[in-house]
Amino acid sequence: MNKKNKESFFASEGFMNGMSAIIAIIAGLLIGFVLLLVSDSANAAEGFSAILQGGFSSGMNGIGKTLYIATPIILTGLSVGFAFKTGLFNIGASGQFTAGAFVAIYIGVKWNGLGGMHWVVGLLAATLVGAIFGVIPGLLKAYFNVNEVITCIMMNYIGMYGTNLLIRNTVYDEIRNRTQAVQKTADVPSAGIGEFFGNSSANFGIVIAIIAVILVYVILNKTTFGYELKACGKNKEASKYAGINSKVDIVLSMAIAGALSGLGGALLYLSGSGKFIQVVDVIANEGFTGISVALLGMSNPIGILFAGLFIAHITVGGGNMQLCGFPPEVVDIITASIIYCGALSLLIKLFINKLKNAKKKGEK
Amino acid sequence: MDVIYFIVQQTMFFAIPLLLVAIGGMYAERSGVINIALEGIMVMGAFTGILFISEMGDSMSGQGLLILAILISGATGMVFSLLHAFASINMKADQTISGTALNLFAPAFVIFAARMINGVQQIPFIDSFRIDSVPVLGSIPVIGDMFFKNTYITTYIGLGLYVLAAFVIAKTSFGLRLRACGEHPGAADSVGVSVKKIRYAGVIISGFLGGVGGLVFVVPTSTNFNATVAGYGFLALAVMIFGQWRSGRILGAAFFFGVMKTMASAYTSVPVLKDLGLPNDVYKMIPYIATLIVLIFTSKSSQAPRAEGIPFDRTAR
Repeated sequence: MNKKNKESFFASEGFMNGMSAIIAIIAGLLIGFVLLLVSDSANAAEGFSAILQGGFSSGMNGIGKTLYIATPIILTGLSVGFAFKTGLFNIGASGQFTAGAFVAIYIGVKWNGLGGMHWVVGLLAATLVGAIFGVIPGLLKAYFNVNEVITCIMMNYIGMYGTNLLIRNTVYDEIRNRTQAVQKTADVPSAGIGEFFGNSSANFGIVIAIIAVILVYVILNKTTFGYELKACGKNKEASKYAGINSKVDIVLSMAIAGALSGLGGALLYLSGSGKFIQVVDVIANEGFTGISVALLGMSNPIGILFAGLFIAHITVGGGNMQLCGFPPEVVDIITASIIYCGALSLLIKLFINKLKNAKKKGEK
Repeated sequence: MDVIYFIVQQTMFFAIPLLLVAIGGMYAERSGVINIALEGIMVMGAFTGILFISEMGDSMSGQGLLILAILISGATGMVFSLLHAFASINMKADQTISGTALNLFAPAFVIFAARMINGVQQIPFIDSFRIDSVPVLGSIPVIGDMFFKNTYITTYIGLGLYVLAAFVIAKTSFGLRLRACGEHPGAADSVGVSVKKIRYAGVIISGFLGGVGGLVFVVPTSTNFNATVAGYGFLALAVMIFGQWRSGRILGAAFFFGVMKTMASAYTSVPVLKDLGLPNDVYKMIPYIATLIVLIFTSKSSQAPRAEGIPFDRTAR
């Protein structure tokens, strides 16, 4: 009996997915290591261990750094992952993120007399604006049949140029070509978290990110609405036949995705860590990192939380690795390799099965 | 008149790379493989091409060097796209995931490689390729000024490749098979077409055109390569969808976008636009807003290949 249970556990889908994820991570790290070896074998081991140690290399402060970097990308990751569940590819997280960030900064600089509620208002407004930004591709997809990928790409540019325009006219620091500093009351409070983690930039934002993860998990798994969304994502025609209004679901799904990205933008720029939007013609990278996070986390909210922490962890490691003379881009190469290897799960499953069969033969 | 000449000349620099890469994307998608890795392929192609120009700049110059670089860029794109083909065709992977991985990999790898080779991220190159006026053709009135002055050989190579690609997909038996694999691979398979081989061909062609497109974008618009093609791969993807996966409409979409983009970057030299006195950023936004509006009116019936993104499984019926 016991043995049978064990068998079925090892053959289960969840085990296979978990195994292939772990193998993908190991393979990705190996590719990174080989690259370091090829380019500079003398420092490779030291550089690689810097990546692995990541945030753990400098005590509590390092962990704080990881949490700080993880906060916005967990939210953009949730944003992309949530849309994936409805069968939509939200490549526009960058635009939503930037729009949210701008509104948060604007309120942080210009609005007065809100006292302790200042940062809350900033976050809420950013969430709302992110949602509006996300709703546009949703509406166009649902009612005009416009492919959301193309709308999202266009919205990224519109968001970037629009934000630059608004910054120049409202909260512009001309000398440094960036946004002005927000008031102290607009910063998300540390709530003791920054102090606890060795006076790092971590703050209450990470708690908000975790709350968002839980909320998304509940919406997707415990509500009728979430069930409808997933049904839409799996088979649009069948869900229509079952009486689900897929148009409304597409719009709402994109609105929620946008809201999550917008909130992420606010959390990064209201963190009191001296972050400013630079007025340059470059699309915010956090949205694209969000795609990586969502893919690594397999669009599962809990998975996204850990994927965000993992990418933040090796990003800190990549920063430390510069001391050994390696560019921090190695981290992106590793992330890309992990995602690619993760896509090869079929190969990995075949490999595991082969191992199992070989073992069975051995037993016989 | 000078203004019109200038706009036409500039439009070429924006439209030709979009056209090439979008038509490449079309080859992959109409064979049944979604290729969002175009951005990454462009970056890789531009990198090896520019690196070649930069390294050989002392001993060679002029059109011969550029043509060699184009071939190298194309070959790089083909090799890089094999990764996507392997994942999506052999491994039946989610094609968005594989494409995203390549898009993330390319710029990071290029920065890494450039820093390891040259010590810095940028690769400078000497632009010895500009043609002031094409012999004979350049002296034709009006047309000569528009199309044969202040130009690059890449413009003609790009247009030539486009015509070839449009012809092959529409008029040859290979083109027919490719389209069949994107619409109904089961039917293609039943008459003895190897869906696997055709899809490989589609992805590799998109790799070649993507790689060339990367170089063609960088050469006329810059004098150093900084590991980016400014999102042109994604724009090409948009042009391809905008063009409804059909070569004729893609040509229209690429030039629509090219003209818009030219207006946005060169509005100061167009009196009518300059007199509007709008902020710089508004001009820059116009191409994207205009595209959105056009899409609303033209997207009612999408003609995406029916089998795109679905791995082919012989045993499934």
